[in-house]
Amino acid sequence: MKLRETIIEKLLLACSLLTIFTTVGIIGVLIFETIGFFKEVSLIEFLTDTEWTPLFSNKRFGILPLLTGTLLTTFIATIVAVPLGLTIAVYLSEYSHKTVRNLVKPMLEILAAVPTVVYGYFALVFVTPMFQKIIPTLSGFNALSPGIVMGIMILPLVSSLSEDALYAVPKSLREGSFALGATKFQTSWKVIVPSAFSGISVSIILAISRAIGETMIVAIAAGQQPRLTLDPTVPIETMTTYIVQVSLGDVPHDSVEYRTIFAVGMTLFVVTLILNNISFWLKKKFQKHHR
Amino acid sequence: MKIEAKNVHVYYGSDHVLKGVTLSIKKNTVTALIGPSGCGKSTFLRCFNRMNDLIENARVEGEIMIEGVDIYHPKINVNELRKTVGMVFQKPNPFPKSIFENVAYGLRVNGVKDQALIDEKVESSLRGAALWDEVKDKLKKSALALSGGQQQRLCIARALAVEPSVLLMDEPASALDPISSIKIEELIYSLKANYTILIVTHNMQQASRTSDKTAFFYMGDLVEYDDTRTLFTNPKKERTQNYITGRFG
Repeated sequence: MKLRETIIEKLLLACSLLTIFTTVGIIGVLIFETIGFFKEVSLIEFLTDTEWTPLFSNKRFGILPLLTGTLLTTFIATIVAVPLGLTIAVYLSEYSHKTVRNLVKPMLEILAAVPTVVYGYFALVFVTPMFQKIIPTLSGFNALSPGIVMGIMILPLVSSLSEDALYAVPKSLREGSFALGATKFQTSWKVIVPSAFSGISVSIILAISRAIGETMIVAIAAGQQPRLTLDPTVPIETMTTYIVQVSLGDVPHDSVEYRTIFAVGMTLFVVTLILNNISFWLKKKFQKHHR
Repeated sequence: MKIEAKNVHVYYGSDHVLKGVTLSIKKNTVTALIGPSGCGKSTFLRCFNRMNDLIENARVEGEIMIEGVDIYHPKINVNELRKTVGMVFQKPNPFPKSIFENVAYGLRVNGVKDQALIDEKVESSLRGAALWDEVKDKLKKSALALSGGQQQRLCIARALAVEPSVLLMDEPASALDPISSIKIEELIYSLKANYTILIVTHNMQQASRTSDKTAFFYMGDLVEYDDTRTLFTNPKKERTQNYITGRFG
């Protein structure tokens, strides 16, 4: 009996170690290949050059166009998802009847279950043509539509997690506010939202991380042209899209072109790691706050 | 006559928690509501600022008049009512904001924009709640850093800032240590000059020290309502006698 318990314990340990080794392995490969890349390309060029043309004969290795591409689409997604998501969260937590909440919340979460490839084609064949009627100069591939569609995709992340944070605010604070003659609207936005600020921030950061890492939507609808611009109407390329483009192409292994994807992957990894750390820090602060 | 309750019934769903309470309260007095847990005294208190409205499927019947106004009349603006009838809760519930902003909140939500006026009201309210001297140098600090007793006085200051004429207190000292509790009692005594106060308490000494009138509730009924001294020294009902001498409850 005791032996059995020991075996089970070891098995469980092995399972958890497996995930750790996988993570370490991925980071190891990333670092190894990235070092290889920076032996051939200087870090300064990588960070300051304004063009990204590793697949052309005139090779330039500036990450900035890919980085701005990612940040541009992510920014658009954020300005769609945050105000809308937060409003939905406040409505569900403070205004709606319990039955409405229990109905709407899972329905919103379905949005997160739609395959991203569907979102990508939705952006390309529906949203872009629709916007072209309003903005005639809008290119067939652009940052605007995938950004908006990505905003819809991350909307449930914001609304659902923010709603959890709002719902967790003690009832006594609501009563305290109402008892001073505050309306529901004032109570929601002046007391409840600030009280849930850390939780809401965490939800927003997670949503941003998700948008930064999103691949399919931008690969399909944003075009694949690395371009240093903040204009959302022209084709751009994000970091993730570039990785897909190279991985699917016939770039020879062990070449600098091949290693670019690891350098880009590393950049992506660093950005999301920073965001995750901020959200972790906020979460800890949040827990201390509410005891 | 300041406050008058006539035949007040409260139902939570099918639970009949308050069974026809009638009593009248004079201006600038302290009335203690006592009774064992679940007797309906807190529910009764929450009728006066319509806090029961927030509870789903709560129903209030009967009539409550404050200064001759029926506060359950359909035309009554509940937010306005709650400005006139302030409330302090059992557990201190300061907002996660600065000390200053906690007190200023009630003014701000009621549309006061004049910063000088807000500064003045915050100071006078904190003085009124006997907290000014302790916090005047750290008004920008978070209210959550204060001790429990200070937080409760902050909540009183917050209620005073909107200048209510009635103050409802739901066991305001039960979550506090004895010294903070005495401070709150002294405060209640000094506030009587300007406010009509209703206080729910489990503490017999507190009721007898602070109040002019005492109402004893049992199982949703008002059993006895009299001058505090009379009720505590010479109760007319046996049940009151048993409760105040600690035989049950």
